Amino acid sequence: MNWLIAVLQTTLFVILAPLLAGWVKCCKCRLQNRKAPSVFQPYRDLLKLTYKQPVVSEQASWLFIKAPYIIFSATVLAATVVPLIAVDLPTSATADVIVMVGFFAFARFFLALAGLDVGTAFGGMGSSREMTISSLAEPAMLMAIFTLTMAASTTNLSFAIAHVLNEGLVLRPSFVFALAALILVAIAETGRIPVDNPATHLELTMIHEAMILEYSGRHLALIEWASQLKLMLYGVLIANIFFPWGIAETLSLEAFGYGLLAIMGKLAVLAMFLAIAETLVAKMRLFRVQEYLSFAYLLGLLGMLSHIILEASR
Amino acid sequence: MSHSNWTANFLIQVSTNMTVTHIDIASVTLWQIESYAWQRFAELAVQQNLRWAAGWAEQIDKQFFINACFEKHGEYVLLRTIIDDSNPKLPSQATVYPAANRSERHTQDLFGIKFIGHPDSRRWTRHQAWIEKNYPLRKDFPLQGTPVGITPPDRDYPFIKAHGQGVYEIPVGPVHAGIIEPGHFRFQAVGELILNLEERLGYTHKGIEKIAEGREPESLARLAGRVSGDTTVGHCWAACMAMEQAAGIEIPARAALIRGILAERERVANHLGDIGAICNDVAFVFAQMQLTRLRELWLRTNATVFGHRLLMDTIVPGGVACDLSSASCALIKNDIAELRMELAEVILVLDLNSSLEDRLYTAGFLSEEIAAAFGTLGYVGRASGQDFDLRRDAPYAPYNRVTVKVALETQGDIASRFWVRYKEIRTALRLIENFIDQLAAGDLRGQWKTPLAGSEGLGIVEGWRGEIISYIRFDADNKIARFYPRDPSQLNWPALEKLVLNNIVPDFPVCNKSLNGSYSGNDL
Repeated sequence: MNWLIAVLQTTLFVILAPLLAGWVKCCKCRLQNRKAPSVFQPYRDLLKLTYKQPVVSEQASWLFIKAPYIIFSATVLAATVVPLIAVDLPTSATADVIVMVGFFAFARFFLALAGLDVGTAFGGMGSSREMTISSLAEPAMLMAIFTLTMAASTTNLSFAIAHVLNEGLVLRPSFVFALAALILVAIAETGRIPVDNPATHLELTMIHEAMILEYSGRHLALIEWASQLKLMLYGVLIANIFFPWGIAETLSLEAFGYGLLAIMGKLAVLAMFLAIAETLVAKMRLFRVQEYLSFAYLLGLLGMLSHIILEASR
Repeated sequence: MSHSNWTANFLIQVSTNMTVTHIDIASVTLWQIESYAWQRFAELAVQQNLRWAAGWAEQIDKQFFINACFEKHGEYVLLRTIIDDSNPKLPSQATVYPAANRSERHTQDLFGIKFIGHPDSRRWTRHQAWIEKNYPLRKDFPLQGTPVGITPPDRDYPFIKAHGQGVYEIPVGPVHAGIIEPGHFRFQAVGELILNLEERLGYTHKGIEKIAEGREPESLARLAGRVSGDTTVGHCWAACMAMEQAAGIEIPARAALIRGILAERERVANHLGDIGAICNDVAFVFAQMQLTRLRELWLRTNATVFGHRLLMDTIVPGGVACDLSSASCALIKNDIAELRMELAEVILVLDLNSSLEDRLYTAGFLSEEIAAAFGTLGYVGRASGQDFDLRRDAPYAPYNRVTVKVALETQGDIASRFWVRYKEIRTALRLIENFIDQLAAGDLRGQWKTPLAGSEGLGIVEGWRGEIISYIRFDADNKIARFYPRDPSQLNWPALEKLVLNNIVPDFPVCNKSLNGSYSGNDL
């Protein structure tokens, strides 16, 4: 029964991810004084892509064709680790934050290889940029997460969330720093403005999109879906670690319903902030990204220091 | 002004070096020299800071007429030499004037005239559409061409190579992801730094020069309006001006004022679109949405008042094809007031946005020296300190009735090109109001006179991208013998290769957008 719920939770993740992407787009459109497409548009796009026949370059190896499935699966596995509506599920034993980062790195590894595989200049360029950015983003992310896990004395997400819930609403300087760091990393990792522009058509400026330029049909659908899932994962991570209230602590239908509503509400608000931020700033120059991510790392470090200095002794 | 008669002094100087025949055609100063002195003239000209403005050739009977147009202080000199059509060759001017480089290669490709000592003798406009020794602009080449089905791809163009550790090549285009014209860019880069950029254009060659032959004035004006879709008023006006010069007719005052209004409306629409597009290329979509909206409203007024959103075919030989009622004038003025108010608001938002500032300032720097050497025009030149605007420096009707304030910036970066555009919009709005105020009742179209066979005209107007030069020679029976439009893009494109140096690859799109050359106007 509990396993069934765990599977259901992951399914919910996968199903709701395009909705979040649609909602972000909708908010952005409204902020730009445009009529927005329906929030369900990403579902239609994915469906359309699955109907289309994928076109694969003659130069592509098996890796290019397998990569979308690997990337999608790895991202789904990462989703099993992150508590969405309930904390005390059987998957929580493996709900280790380092596992999640590992799944992301695994998916990214294959995405970058696939970008290189067909040998186009854009693919290689995208892969090179992606690896540069991720090598800076991952330490910053771990630093932020470690700050949290030090407070909870565990790297297990489920236990960490339970810990925050038990502590109640306490203002911790370390959490404020970690939150800021994690938001900066999330923006970089999910390829949003100001680091990358998911809506651009300019190949030379792309990072994530440059790697997947050669993909079409169901392959593209899987990769798109995986990146929507990744956006949601980061959203849920931020929402549930820092604002866990509302998540189901008991395994009852009522608590689940309440938990689902709570997370959807939290994500909707987060998405609005994302849309506002993306409307307010232009993309930064590529070589500014390292400063940006160093800053995220610094925030994570400050969070950890402030935890040690201010909070650990108590 | 004291420098107004530089031509007389220069003619004396040149005459000591070579034989110059001074011929007066219409309002243009024409100097004819021997072909061996072609390069020598350029050397003398560059010492006197003359700007190389245009170059073209034409075939008349068994001879080639080769022309080059120079400018200084708003005064133009047309230089001509005549060579025999057996083994045609003459010394290149591109060694002296880099601006002449592509123009001479264009002439070489389409006429088979060899420019001796040309620094880059690779083909340019010639892709794979014509077999060797087949020169489409020669008179023996059939007007409808020699179609061989689908033109084969141009695979083995000898691009410049770069070698060394970590150097790689990025081919971009000719087909791009956005809805833009085709053109190929070949980058040599180390990491993200651009070592070299080479443009390969010519993909939109439509044979404008060839299909112009044998047309009547009306039909040629329509063709000129299609040289580059976004400059339809500019090119149409330049061509009509050239034809009117050849025919020796004056256009009515009311027609001139309406032409001015049309040209300024075209300028405003394009600058609005460009400012938005520059912001969009650095992912600041808000600006593009707002400016696209403003441009759209502006174009809708065009449709209401002039019957065409982009103002195609509103200018005709001898005048204009549309009138302005007093109701339309009121509508236009009302529009201008609204645009001013809204634009001020949007521009303030852009001006205060530090992330935008970070992207636009210092990026895509074009020095004054390079801008001058390539003879860059319009907003590209004016953003790099090239203080030249025909509307002020060589005013033609109706600009001779107003004072034009020329927008000038000296930083030479993307931001400068952005602000020049904004200032030009404000100037254009004032000009439109001014022209409307001066409108008096009168004819819209003068009486057309069939020009004598062989009469020539040179139309020079300030289009929204800068100076447009249009050359026309008439044949007998009101037919066109030669039409050559020189779009400002032809001189601005080479500047792009220079201004992207020391920038990083992902900054190229915004650099390119800040220059916004026309592919169609360049390829002809």
